[in-house]
Amino acid sequence: MSVNLAQGEQLPGIREASLFKALKKEEKKQARKNWCSGMLYVLPSIALFAIFVIYPFIRTIIQSFFLSDNRGFLTLFVGLQNYIDLFQDPVYLQSLWQTIIYTLITVPLTIIIALFLAVLASSNVKGAGIFNTIFSSTMGISVAAGSVFWNFLFHPTVGLLNKIINAFGGSNVGWLTDPKIALVSVSLVSVWMNIGFSYLVLMGGMKNIDKSYYESVEIVGGGFFYRLRKVTIPLISPSLFFVFVTSIIGAFQSFGVIDMLTQGGPMNGTNLLVYGLYEEAFVNYQYGSATAQGVVLFLIIFVISMLQTKLTERWVTYQ
Amino acid sequence: MIESRTQKIIIYILLVISAVLVFFPIVFSVALSLSDNMDIANGQFIPTSLHFENFVHAFQTQPLLKYMLNSLVVAVACTVLQIILALLASYAIVFIDFKGKSILFGLFMATMMIPSEVLVISNFQTIRSWNLIDTFPGLILPSLASTFGIFLLRQNLKQIPWELREAGQMAGVSDFYFFRKVTVPMVKNSIVTLAIYNFLVSWNSYMWPLLSTTNESVRTVQIGLRQLKNVDGSSDYAMISAGAIIVSIPTLILIFAGQKRLQEGLTKGAIK
Repeated sequence: MSVNLAQGEQLPGIREASLFKALKKEEKKQARKNWCSGMLYVLPSIALFAIFVIYPFIRTIIQSFFLSDNRGFLTLFVGLQNYIDLFQDPVYLQSLWQTIIYTLITVPLTIIIALFLAVLASSNVKGAGIFNTIFSSTMGISVAAGSVFWNFLFHPTVGLLNKIINAFGGSNVGWLTDPKIALVSVSLVSVWMNIGFSYLVLMGGMKNIDKSYYESVEIVGGGFFYRLRKVTIPLISPSLFFVFVTSIIGAFQSFGVIDMLTQGGPMNGTNLLVYGLYEEAFVNYQYGSATAQGVVLFLIIFVISMLQTKLTERWVTYQ
Repeated sequence: MIESRTQKIIIYILLVISAVLVFFPIVFSVALSLSDNMDIANGQFIPTSLHFENFVHAFQTQPLLKYMLNSLVVAVACTVLQIILALLASYAIVFIDFKGKSILFGLFMATMMIPSEVLVISNFQTIRSWNLIDTFPGLILPSLASTFGIFLLRQNLKQIPWELREAGQMAGVSDFYFFRKVTVPMVKNSIVTLAIYNFLVSWNSYMWPLLSTTNESVRTVQIGLRQLKNVDGSSDYAMISAGAIIVSIPTLILIFAGQKRLQEGLTKGAIK
């Protein structure tokens, strides 16, 4: 933007106005140039988001108001009928309820365990590095592999968990075959798999705490639990909150564990929202119902995200 | 933090117990993978002799080596492309003053609230209509629309002073040169974090590879493991465990080597 002002300064009146015009023009030109070069950088991302996020999102919403053929093409507008059917379908309502229970089991357990591990590993003991590695290791395990590991722990005859229970005189538990227990078993696997990620985030938060806070607690003479309650937890509250929200959203998205271990059974006992959606779309080819399920899932996650932004301001302490 | 001696001992005991419990499923599977199926059936969980042939057997039952190569291609492509896309987009959002960029950034962030599981039905139809089922592009393309990288790199780039870019412009340096030679080296750490994270997510992804592959040609190793467990019958416990161990080794190594970087990066993502 190089306009020679030295010349313009000496010229009054009309010349000044035309100079102003020239400047404006230059500015506009620059803005257009900026827009073009900016677009050049973001265009690849815009294209991908448009094709694989925005378009399918809109299409999913539209499709949820239609009946579709088994190739997924829209055939008949039915308004809210897919939604009405959905909320009268006992299997769907069961999966919704089970997803809530699954979330209520996995989220608090994961966070409490991860917090416990992070508090332990952040104390000054020798070999903390090894423990750090072990505690974060489950983040490197895929759903498929983790499910295989646990499948053998749960195995009715050769599984170790039943062997342990037998050793204490208990009788075999149908970890994945008893409809009353399977959901809890699947939840345990998810807790184990999520410990790594939650631990890493919480530990990162703890490492950021200024040592002087702990020194002041020592001066006051506060003990271990005092320190935990008054310093550690408030100061890692951003990390804690982040883990809390991502865990809830993650729980509502669970699919792999179910597909690997139970396929939604026994008697739909572990049928969670995303597994139901998958079956409806890719096994039963009921696209209307599947997309309606997708929209409901989106709305649930949308509400959780909105609550997050509202509550962050109220609950979270920043250093 | 000064702990008393007894406190230290208690912490140490708790640490060891926790470590054993957390690591146990992995250790147990390693033990199974080296055992004889007869031993397993008899409840003998510590192998009496080492049976490495279970690993050979796993590679023979499903073409796991091919699947691993497929996974490697997909994970590397996803990682590299996601980083390039995120670098470009975040650079423009921070350093180029163009109209509508805050709306654009808001829109990118808003898409975070749309779970990919909701998009899967339509994306499957798109990929199928492009005849990209059972191809690498079909596996890779939908996962490239990812917000995490843009978000993380933007946080980082914002810390680079604007004056630096103005100085560059004075010196007549082009935008792209400045991008390549100044900003990219300055966010090296975040790029490493992103690379580790993206590779992990991509290698471990399950639902999309399950839907978009129907045969062995580009099937990823996670779905190979699913086949091993669900299709080939579940009586050969030792072999299936060996398969699960094989699948986990690359990402476990990555986690062991990169946990520090990952921790820093995730903390940045969490605290904003």
